[in-house]
Amino acid sequence: MRRPEHLVQLAAPCVLVVGVALLGTLVSASSEGYFVDTLVKVSIVVALYVFIGNSGVLSFGHISFVALGAWTAGVLTVPTAEKPAIMPNLAHFLRGTTVGNIPSLLLAALAGGLFALVIGLALMRLSGLAAGIATFGVLEITHNVLRYYEKIGPGLNTFSSVPQTTGLWQATIGALVVICVAFVYQRGRFGRMLRATREDAPAASAVGISVYRQRLGAFVLSGALAGLAGGLYVHLLPMNTESLYLDLTFITLAMLVFGGVGSLWGAVIGALAISALNSFLSDAENTVHIGFRLPLPNGTRLVTVGALMALVLILRPSGLTGGREFRLPGRRA
Amino acid sequence: MTLAILNVDWQTLADALALGAVYALMAVGIGLVFGVLRLVNFAYRQLVMAGAYALAFASQWNWPGWAGILFCFAVVLALSFVMDRLVFRPLRTQSPAVMLVATFAVAYLLQSIALLWFGPLGKIASSLAQLNRPFVISGVDIRKIAVVAVIVAVLCLVGLQVLLVRTTVGLQMRAVAIDFRTARMLGVRANRVIGGAVVISGLLAAVVAIMLTVQTPLVTPDFALRDTIVVLAGVVLGGMNRPVPATLGGFAIGFASGLLGGALPTTQSQYLPSILFAAVILVLLVRPNGIFTRGRDLLERV
Repeated sequence: MRRPEHLVQLAAPCVLVVGVALLGTLVSASSEGYFVDTLVKVSIVVALYVFIGNSGVLSFGHISFVALGAWTAGVLTVPTAEKPAIMPNLAHFLRGTTVGNIPSLLLAALAGGLFALVIGLALMRLSGLAAGIATFGVLEITHNVLRYYEKIGPGLNTFSSVPQTTGLWQATIGALVVICVAFVYQRGRFGRMLRATREDAPAASAVGISVYRQRLGAFVLSGALAGLAGGLYVHLLPMNTESLYLDLTFITLAMLVFGGVGSLWGAVIGALAISALNSFLSDAENTVHIGFRLPLPNGTRLVTVGALMALVLILRPSGLTGGREFRLPGRRA
Repeated sequence: MTLAILNVDWQTLADALALGAVYALMAVGIGLVFGVLRLVNFAYRQLVMAGAYALAFASQWNWPGWAGILFCFAVVLALSFVMDRLVFRPLRTQSPAVMLVATFAVAYLLQSIALLWFGPLGKIASSLAQLNRPFVISGVDIRKIAVVAVIVAVLCLVGLQVLLVRTTVGLQMRAVAIDFRTARMLGVRANRVIGGAVVISGLLAAVVAIMLTVQTPLVTPDFALRDTIVVLAGVVLGGMNRPVPATLGGFAIGFASGLLGGALPTTQSQYLPSILFAAVILVLLVRPNGIFTRGRDLLERV
């Protein structure tokens, strides 16, 4: 377990993330936002991977943990003086409470994890299609409640006045933390047990693994990581419920499938590749750039990403990495 | 008694019935594709959307109503053929999760194309607007489209049931649904049967497009989004394996949301999606195969 090949599997995604961060310091301040956004997306996709990749059960509901994390971190960090203006109907105990940047992120992770625990206790009994639809139901409910319940957040309004503390470094450290947690989990006892249930659930339960408990554990862990990612996200840019709904669900799932659902390396590669494409195209859509770039009509970005995703699924259903971890060339496992 | 408690009048009941009928039609289409292909088609909504755009363009070009309807059928059928050939057929051997994500991708792609070509503002499909006018029976406004929807839904369901039970193609479809490989070995031409299912579900999508554009003539890239999400839940609720339970599920959820939407005050009815999906999750936990199915015929294949 402690052999260097395995450390390479952890080091490769970390090096990639740090590389992206370093690249981000070189570009202009306006493009830096793309890099920070990319790193937050890496965190979300890796959080998704911890559950979907290791368990093989599809979840459409993880963005609800991201949303809850974002709401937690957001509500708790808006300065007390500005709360009544943005959130006039906020519950009393939230009105006076304000915490700093780091505690808000930890609380976001806690909120995501607890919510995942409550949901998972019931839903992890399901599998296959029923699980997919039920997690989708969770996303619908979360979106609906956050949209209209104004005692816990801004409701329909945009979450403004949240301190924008997620810069390049906070996003990088966040992504590294998420990657490390994911790696330690998947190399450890529980991760291996869950992967065994993914490969063959009846065989795994025959050797005494509780499919339910292993799935629940991964669900909670991945919910906490998603909550953390949501906290990072809300500190990055002003958002509302619509930015934490179907589009984000689609794009993050697309990233995961594109890179390869089966591996951490795939999750990171997928997030970086689609983000890079996305940023490049949305830059090209802004026709203000005069240079070698072609001005593209609005919406090209979405079409390209959708087409690419369908294409990858048809040609390489197991993703770019084929679900394998990073390996140095020339070495055999 | 319960009606009095919920403060439901006949008007709400009539509207709920109409909504239920349209949702039942959508549910038939989704349930049929699932039964035969084992595929939850997230892109079904985009078929409906394409049909709605066809109707909108037809009325923009001042085509007569019947020409618009034909155009709508043609567009939806062509699109469902292309979707089957280019995406679903190459992926047929893949796991359900990959297929599910693939339909997700196709849905996203088609929606972005609509956004790119037709813009976010939407178009008006007005050529069939006279069907939206009400007539009055003892103080209750009943829109003509509601009657049409109920009749069409019943006809489609009966027709489908006859097709599945009385014809060879129907028998083959059911065989493919139960066991794809064995059916194929016994001489069922799988691609023909699946093609047949795709055509039928495309026809249903076109019918749904017509019904929905009469009710909401403004066609935008996210046309029918709400409806499809709710219907999908309803189909799972009813039981995805057979068309009749699926349809009943679709009708039930349409009827329930119509009823609750009409009966609850706005402060509560804004949480309607939460109530519906909480019910769906509960049902899934208690009866994963759906409430309108008997026995346990869906086993996880080992």
